[in-house]
Amino acid sequence: MSQTYDRGLVEDFGRWREFSAGMWAWLFHKFTGWVLIGYLFTHIAVLSTAIPAANATSQVSLGASGDVYTQTLQGLEGVLLVRFLEVGLLAVAVFHILNGVRLLMVDLGIGLEAQDKSFYASLILTGAIVVASVPTFLEGML
Amino acid sequence: MSTTRSSFDAGSMAWLLQRVTAAFLIAVLAFHFFLLHFVNHAADITLGGSAYRMQELGYLVTMLLFLYTATFHGVNGVYNALTNQGIEGTQKSVVKGILVVAALALAVQGTRLALALTQVQVTP
Repeated sequence: MSQTYDRGLVEDFGRWREFSAGMWAWLFHKFTGWVLIGYLFTHIAVLSTAIPAANATSQVSLGASGDVYTQTLQGLEGVLLVRFLEVGLLAVAVFHILNGVRLLMVDLGIGLEAQDKSFYASLILTGAIVVASVPTFLEGML
Repeated sequence: MSTTRSSFDAGSMAWLLQRVTAAFLIAVLAFHFFLLHFVNHAADITLGGSAYRMQELGYLVTMLLFLYTATFHGVNGVYNALTNQGIEGTQKSVVKGILVVAALALAVQGTRLALALTQVQVTP
């Protein structure tokens, strides 16, 4: 049987002090979703420099770096702030994935009594994965 | 005000597709992140390297499916978030129209750039 749950109006952010774990999970999922879709458009825009780069040459060596695509990507990767933003992007993506799996379980009615615990587990696991990946993302910058 | 647990009408096609694309995206996003941050470092990416990868048919098809599913999942997610926020009527139709155009533009542009990378001959 379908169940309903009156969570109140989460959109009224002024109520944040009253938010339960599930409401925080809902809010973080929306926020990370907005960041990810924004990033997808930005990512394709940046990678689109491949079009003029490919049009300008019919042949390229694996390590060549004189084209606009390579220079744009390597130029961005040379900025420390971009490296930190990449770590932030990883954090956002990992949380969205873990909480998404949690939401799927909730939708399927699996582990409903552990909803709060699985949200906290998503946060902790996100933090652990992000911290472990920091050396890779900042390699050559510090 | 929504009184259900989910932002979607459970059982609808959008609900199902959002979850099917999510499952696919988890696997492909993990592959994409590992390949371009841990195997090949992002700072070392070159036109030649990207073209080389994109000329593998399996990689090209995976990246195009990645683009299309991510676009659907993202844009459908935005639509549902805004619907959840309470937009209705004309406002909802306008948002839907804008999101469909944005999604198509993103998918077309992503396809163009992937195909452009297949046109460059890569030498060692």
